Amino acid sequence: MAIDLSRFTGARVGLERRGESLSTREVLGFDLDHARARDAVWMEMDAGSLGFEHVLVESMARDRKSYLLRPDLGRRVAGRLSFVGCEVAIVVSDGLSALAVHRHAAEMVARLKELLPVGIVVVAVRGRVAIGDEIGEQVGAKVVVMLIGERPGLTSPDSLGAYVTYGPRVGRTDAERNCVSNIRAEGLSYRAAAELIAYLAREAGTRKLSGVRLKGDATPYVIDGAGADSGD
Amino acid sequence: MKLKELMGKASPLRSGDVLAGVAASSQEERVRARLELAEVPLRRFLDEPLVPYEDDEVTRLICDSHDEGAFGAVGWLCVGEFRDWLLEASAEELSAVAAGVTPEMAAAVSKLMRVQDLILVASKIRVVTRFRTTIGLAGRMSTRLQPNHPSDDLKGIAASMLDGLSLGSGDACIGVNPATDSVRVLVDILKMIDGVRERLEIPTQSCVLGHVTTQMEAMKAGAPVDLVFQSIGGTEGTNRSFGIDLAMLDEAYEMARSLGRGENVMYFETGQGSALSAGAHHGMDQQTCEARAYAVARRYRPLLVNTVVGFIGPEYLYDGKQIARAGLEDHFCGKLLGVPMGCDVCYTNHAEADGDDMDGLLTLLGAAGCNYIMGVPGADDIMLHYQSTSFHDALYLRRLLGLRPAPEFEAWLAKKPEVLEQTWLLT
Repeated sequence: MAIDLSRFTGARVGLERRGESLSTREVLGFDLDHARARDAVWMEMDAGSLGFEHVLVESMARDRKSYLLRPDLGRRVAGRLSFVGCEVAIVVSDGLSALAVHRHAAEMVARLKELLPVGIVVVAVRGRVAIGDEIGEQVGAKVVVMLIGERPGLTSPDSLGAYVTYGPRVGRTDAERNCVSNIRAEGLSYRAAAELIAYLAREAGTRKLSGVRLKGDATPYVIDGAGADSGD
Repeated sequence: MKLKELMGKASPLRSGDVLAGVAASSQEERVRARLELAEVPLRRFLDEPLVPYEDDEVTRLICDSHDEGAFGAVGWLCVGEFRDWLLEASAEELSAVAAGVTPEMAAAVSKLMRVQDLILVASKIRVVTRFRTTIGLAGRMSTRLQPNHPSDDLKGIAASMLDGLSLGSGDACIGVNPATDSVRVLVDILKMIDGVRERLEIPTQSCVLGHVTTQMEAMKAGAPVDLVFQSIGGTEGTNRSFGIDLAMLDEAYEMARSLGRGENVMYFETGQGSALSAGAHHGMDQQTCEARAYAVARRYRPLLVNTVVGFIGPEYLYDGKQIARAGLEDHFCGKLLGVPMGCDVCYTNHAEADGDDMDGLLTLLGAAGCNYIMGVPGADDIMLHYQSTSFHDALYLRRLLGLRPAPEFEAWLAKKPEVLEQTWLLT
């Protein structure tokens, strides 16, 4: 009796075949998933309907194509933000999936504001992860929490990632951040993600550092890996 | 013009070279650079290292391991004449010249070659390696079975593995990218795969692609490590960004050899763009940086080397056309340098590419005699979030071109147990 392999993994196992090739149904199902992921990458963020109060900025990438081709432009803010002075700033960016931000950002921002002393929420259009460094530096935040649409997987077009950086300033490296990845309905729940992010942000503030050194001895668990795929 | 500058301008258009500011600014400038490159004597690459000898240990490796005797067969040629020589050379002449060719020479000549040249010349070169299977023989094409799982769940990995084995995948190796790079995770996965391999008597080898230092810890812990994996690049700085240097690879190689489990014990992955991504390209174009990574690879007589060609994203290779050309260049340069080259034919969802582009590249690589490709369930890697080739893609290619698996694995397939009835593994 053959096993139903799909009970054990979300991978595309046990696919239907015709000859040695995939059946029509399998091929079109794959195409539909790819189309959704592609649309997520090219979708423009609708900042007007995000459902939370924010200050809006744009990166120096002027459109989606420029954003994809020039990661350096997506890391820089066009214009300048006023100094606020705060413990925590939240930066929300479409990254590689505006869909992720449309679906999950409002809920995550609300939960984080309950858990952390958030001084300002900034929405950055066409930003990469590192744009949070410049924004955090300009507004004078001790810790920046970046919420950004991750690179869409074939069955996860709406995955949100979070990056916690202590002492944000231009030039911070990825080794100086902590990442919480895969925030979406089928992945990490809002509650678990918000608690983990808040824990990391508090630890970062207390210990005055973030990244590899924070993870090394203080964090019970950090989800790594896929986070490196988001708009870094 | 400096050689490094000329190489950049002569490169076929790709987004990473534009991003780095080394690409030609017009089509005409690009072709004029190729005309000039065609007249450059190969020997000039020995006299004018693209990265100074004192600054970079990969340059030192390239210079110090250059075989002047092997180079003699082509030593008086210019790059353009070298292309002509390659088209006429026999398989024996191509194998004999490998140690005399530097990565920069291979990269340079590839820039003057059409796609059909890259395919034709590569198809004449066989680079054969062995562990429990023999990989790279004429008329054969192997697959790395890649049963990744987003949380390293052993049953989830096993399910994908059984699916692949039932479809004839896995003769290059069964190789898992772990979601978490820890010794415990590596040891658990290695033990599981090794247990299945022994119980089902599968002639193949396993690998869990953590960082090389984690794999060394796993070896010290007594884990059944067949192949030691590492991502590598073509400059010292790129390798430093991966947390490695040659001394570390030397140590890992000796450790793996000392286990006495097989003949060729290393597995490397590469990909155009990694040097620029690490800010360590020294003004070189990304394809030249990539070819230099093969000099690192060949030092360790690896079983497997593959470019993960479309993984890095559109800021380096923008669309299907750029990915396909890069995959064929990488395969050609690797083979010319004597590296057992395979390819992860792949793309991400933010690149302008789709399954049709991969079908094209896959078929061209089959014609070029690529040693192996990946086997991922339904082409969808649910851990790394990109699309590669499926078990079914490999079956298509084998049927279309009459290619067979590695001989040991082929014999196993003929008498293999009912893989899909191995319920013990999943209960």
